[in-house]
Amino acid sequence: MSDEHIDEISGVSTTGHEWDGIRELNNPLPRWWVITFYITIVWAIGYTIAYPAWPLLHSATKGLLGYSSRNEVRNELTAAEAAKGKYISAVASKSVSEIAADDGLREFAIAAGGAAFKVNCVQCHGSGAQGSKGFPNLNDDDWLWGGKAEQIQQTITHGIRFASDPDTRLSEMPAFGDIITADQIAQVGTYVASLSGKVQHAGLVEPGAKVFAENCVACHGDNAKGNKELGAPDLTDAIWLYGSGETAIATQVRAPKQGVMPAWGARLGETKVKELAVYIHSLGGGE
Amino acid sequence: MGLMDRHALIEKNATLLLVGSLLVVTVGGIVEIAPLFYLDNTIEKVEGMRPYSPLELVGRNIYVREGCYLCHSQMIRPFRDEVERYGHYSLAAESMYDHPFQWGSKRTGPDLARVGDRYSNLWHVEHLTDPRSVVPESIMPSYAFLKDTPIEVEDFSTHLVANRRVGVPYSDDMIARANADLMAQADPNADTSGLEARYPKAKIGDFDGNPQQVTEMDALVAYLQMLGTLVDFKNYDEAAGYR
Amino acid sequence: MKFGTQIFVLSLFTFAALVAAGFGVDQPFRQHMWVLFFVLLGFVAILIRNTNFEVAAPIDPSAYMDGPIRYGAIATMFWGVVGMLVGVVIALQLAYPELNIQPWFNFGRLRPLHTSGVVFAFGGNALLCTSLYVVQRTCRARLFGGDLAWFVFWGYQLFIVMAATGYLLGITESREYAEPEWYVDIWLTIVWVAYLILFLGTIFKRKEPHIYVANWFYLSFIVTIAMLHVINNLSMPASFLGSKSYSAFSGVQDALTQWWYGHNAVGFFLTAGFLGMMYYFVPKQANRPVYSYRLSIIHFWAIIFLYIWAGPHHLHYTALPDWAQTLGMVFSIMLWMPSWGGMINGLMTLSGAWDKLRTDPIIRMMVMAIAFYGMSTFEGPMMSIKTVNSLSHYTDWTIGHVHSGALGWVGMISFGAIYFMVPKLWNRERLYSLRLVTWHFWLATLGIVVYAAVMWVSGVMQGLMWREYDEQGFLVYSFAETVAAMHPYYLMRAIGGAMYLSGALIMAWNIAMTILGYQREEEPMPGSVPALQPAE
Ligand code: HEC
Ligand code: HEC
Ligand code: HEC
Ligand code: HEM
Ligand code: HEM
Ligand SMILES: [Ca+2]
Ligand SMILES: [Ca+2]
Ligand SMILES: [Cu+2]
Repeated sequence: MSDEHIDEISGVSTTGHEWDGIRELNNPLPRWWVITFYITIVWAIGYTIAYPAWPLLHSATKGLLGYSSRNEVRNELTAAEAAKGKYISAVASKSVSEIAADDGLREFAIAAGGAAFKVNCVQCHGSGAQGSKGFPNLNDDDWLWGGKAEQIQQTITHGIRFASDPDTRLSEMPAFGDIITADQIAQVGTYVASLSGKVQHAGLVEPGAKVFAENCVACHGDNAKGNKELGAPDLTDAIWLYGSGETAIATQVRAPKQGVMPAWGARLGETKVKELAVYIHSLGGGE
Repeated sequence: MGLMDRHALIEKNATLLLVGSLLVVTVGGIVEIAPLFYLDNTIEKVEGMRPYSPLELVGRNIYVREGCYLCHSQMIRPFRDEVERYGHYSLAAESMYDHPFQWGSKRTGPDLARVGDRYSNLWHVEHLTDPRSVVPESIMPSYAFLKDTPIEVEDFSTHLVANRRVGVPYSDDMIARANADLMAQADPNADTSGLEARYPKAKIGDFDGNPQQVTEMDALVAYLQMLGTLVDFKNYDEAAGYR
Repeated sequence: MKFGTQIFVLSLFTFAALVAAGFGVDQPFRQHMWVLFFVLLGFVAILIRNTNFEVAAPIDPSAYMDGPIRYGAIATMFWGVVGMLVGVVIALQLAYPELNIQPWFNFGRLRPLHTSGVVFAFGGNALLCTSLYVVQRTCRARLFGGDLAWFVFWGYQLFIVMAATGYLLGITESREYAEPEWYVDIWLTIVWVAYLILFLGTIFKRKEPHIYVANWFYLSFIVTIAMLHVINNLSMPASFLGSKSYSAFSGVQDALTQWWYGHNAVGFFLTAGFLGMMYYFVPKQANRPVYSYRLSIIHFWAIIFLYIWAGPHHLHYTALPDWAQTLGMVFSIMLWMPSWGGMINGLMTLSGAWDKLRTDPIIRMMVMAIAFYGMSTFEGPMMSIKTVNSLSHYTDWTIGHVHSGALGWVGMISFGAIYFMVPKLWNRERLYSLRLVTWHFWLATLGIVVYAAVMWVSGVMQGLMWREYDEQGFLVYSFAETVAAMHPYYLMRAIGGAMYLSGALIMAWNIAMTILGYQREEEPMPGSVPALQPAE
């Protein structure tokens, strides 16, 4: 090679080339570096023999260990299920009220249901199940569709007004804006508001009562206490899904909101739904 | 001849260096990518997958445009916690018509691979309009403008054609009716029997709470509501998907 | 006439942009074409102002062509500050979501602006200008192709502007690090091929018999990026007058193509290219020979061969078949030593000059860069192990890893190179201020440490919270609770980022003053001048 050159500081020879004043020392590869590199290569070869790795013409090598990440999770899920086996099979075989009556089982179901609630329900019903506008509070004893454990189970399994479930809870308050006059709407709004508190336009209460009797009792009942068969809320308890006050109520009468709750039966399975029902039932308002 | 002398050949010849490095960098890609196109078990055999309906495709394009994939994955990994949190792990088949894929690489927000049917349309609209009104802890941006943006399309069939050119099995019929289907899916009063036949399990109706207008919000919610709902897992042979 | 053809061709393109702005089929496309129209109009106006009808003075063929490099150094600083500023903004948006301004400045549109801004605008310009600087000096040849270098420089800036404005308008393919849509991709392909010709042409003209190692890295970076870019961006436009296109591949194939690209954008753009930078500027600044020529050879070929295989580590446990994941993992592990080969060669080049660490803040910056390179190329293979990745993937841990590489390695080595080049490019005796470089060094280093440490903690915490089970075997946390837990970390990350950004601002000031020809009167750095008193 061309002119050899010794670097004065290190005493190592250079390769003899120079680019814009840069030279290169002729140091050997560090031993530890070479050895570690070889180790990683040997390890890599071993690993690709043990695990699925090399693509061939019709399939890839499967590896000596018969590993599959999907098989792995299947085993893990089965094991997790088995760890809770006794409880799970009890939950599966009993009705929700039976579960709620059995102390040990109830405790398990509440823990399980509470976890599932965090994962699936808090986005709508809030992290404390306290609900928000349009999404009911699940802690209180005011129920749209009934607060018995079985009723709750039914609601969760099939949802409310959830189009893709044929057994979903269904009922629709008509849009009275097309049925009765604006005056009547204002009157009935005030009347309904008066059932649970003070109103501003006291004069509207009496005609409102008449409008109510003619249009609303079919669903909300003679005494406006609601009808859980129809999911028609109690209008006397000062608990409102869509807001309190004469105007908010009149708005609901004119063009009613219809809440939708998804069905969870198909997604989570019967056992999980039972656990959820027991959990919700235990929150304080269960009947 | 030592390493250094042999290497000097390459070092003195730019063409050799160029071609040599190009060859060296092609190997890995060929060995890893090409088999995905020919190995049979790359995409599992499933029932239920179909191309996106026009409205869903518009929604998907909005999802891409807004960069939702930067915070949301659409790929449930085969782990117990993910399966329990989000549902069955994702299959390759479930994204077989996704040009481009939307698996994501960061989960600032939750996985959305199976968000379809998990919430109501109203919830999505409220959440996209003001995320913190429904989920106080949320750090997701607001997308309220979608509700005020009508869908602007002159001829959406070109999008179906482009997809067909890259392998999505849109039929002539689907292409011919693209614009009509786009509007009908979000119109509660339209006759949608043909649409349902072309796109089974499509969600139909007004999505954004405003039946008068088909907006970008309609499209995005229609897309979100179908995510992960197509494959029929009852008829899926899980063990055949181990690969 | 000077620039005659250029003005004519550009005017044609300007007119075409106007037509497209009028007839585009979707609104973002029409808006984008207006942007293009005004940018091109600006270019035409500048050319017309600079035109003249005299015969051009002959160019000295032996002189280096440094004009585009000077512009490139300025562009590097400019885009660096912009990109990092956007980084701080999106970091704050994650801490305070009210800072999102829909639709244009929502997180989802700003994040690609940040990533492309720092990787392609800042990093790209740094690579462009240093490669042209290095190739001329190590080949002892003027750049090939006359004004080709100017075309590459301005063409690349046009690409950046079109990509950046596109993101804000919502024009994106959603392929990370390859977001620009089809027409911008085509433009970049043209510019990139011109860059390859420019670089290779200069090597062909060289007067040195051997090609210096820095140029191996630069060349492999340019040619590999060309390959990756073209294949990953194959797509079918819905209309040639519209912005939207659909990727040629779908689902699992698309995912692997994208991460084959994405990983090697890291491997060749952010690694090979910057190793080229290291191989020139570190020995120059240290005034020492490169440590080991043999190591250069081995680690060069090993790196470029192995890197390409590692893409699947971005898809661990996804619907990508297990076999491909295994390959991604083992090749990432094998990549560890070849990467460290670069670190060894860089660090050991300082042997015999370690005292400069005390006296020369630029060397300190470079050494810190190499140290972070070593760190992230250790962390990377570790994260490629499937068990580790099952925790780290999808979390802030990845973000921490990215930024220890990006801020530490990419950022610091570029800063060092610019500090080195600028006084020479403008014929200044020295930088405006070395003390400001020290400030920059400490702000940047502390910023990175805060950023990376915080993301590491929050990433591990996030991953653990997602999979946390109670003793009865039930999930403990709702997703929203994990989001709430991130808040303090997001805030601290923004602070770390702001420190790093303020370092860059100080640098911009320092560089600007140097270019303008000022020299700050300041005490010399301790030890930088040989001590006068006799030895004891
Ligand atoms: C999309 C949001 C949403 C989600 C998610 C959701 N719910 Fe609901 N839920 C509702 C709405 C809305 C109602 C009230 C429907 C109405 O207006 O009649 C409701 C009602 C209920 C009711 C009936 C309350 C009553 O007064 O009768 C129960 C019980 C319930 N939800 C439990 C659950 C459980 C358990 C989960 C999780 C597995 C869940 N919900 C998830 C929206 C949701
Ligand atoms: C066909 C049955 C039906 C009739 C008739 C009906 N409602 Fe309702 N109403 C419902 C149902 C069901 C709901 C609950 C909607 C929901 O759960 O989202 C409801 C909800 C309401 C609410 C909202 C309660 C809240 O908590 O916010 C008010 C107020 C109300 N109805 C008033 C009336 C008045 C006044 C009339 C007569 C003018 C009337 N309804 C007639 C079925 C009916
Ligand atoms: C800055 C990050 C960010 C961006 C960008 C973002 N999201 Fe989110 N998203 C979140 C976070 C955090 C949550 C969890 C808290 C919540 O439910 O709001 C979430 C939750 C969601 C959910 C509820 C998922 C579930 O299962 O609870 C949906 C649906 C959703 N986002 C859709 C979108 C869509 C569509 C876009 C784009 C138009 C988008 N997100 C953009 C951060 C983001
Ligand atoms: C001022 C300093 C910076 C700050 C505050 C900052 C902040 C951020 C933030 C907040 C994100 C998004 C993270 C998320 O989605 O959770 C991000 C992503 C990213 N940044 Fe930065 N950044 C900075 C500098 C840089 C630099 C200098 C580079 C490169 C040279 C860089 C490269 C990236 C990349 C590649 C990503 C995407 C990571 C991924 O998708 O995994 N950043 N940055
Ligand atoms: C041997 C070297 C390296 C290996 C094996 C490696 C490996 C990895 C792994 C495993 C991930 C996480 C993928 C995931 O879970 O999503 C990752 C992400 C990333 N790394 Fe590295 N890394 C290396 C070096 C570097 C360096 C030096 C840089 C920067 C300059 C860098 C930049 C990135 C970026 C930007 C991402 C984020 C990609 C994304 O998700 O958007 N890496 N790397
Ligand atoms: Ca609508
Ligand atoms: Ca692109
Ligand atoms: Cu990678």
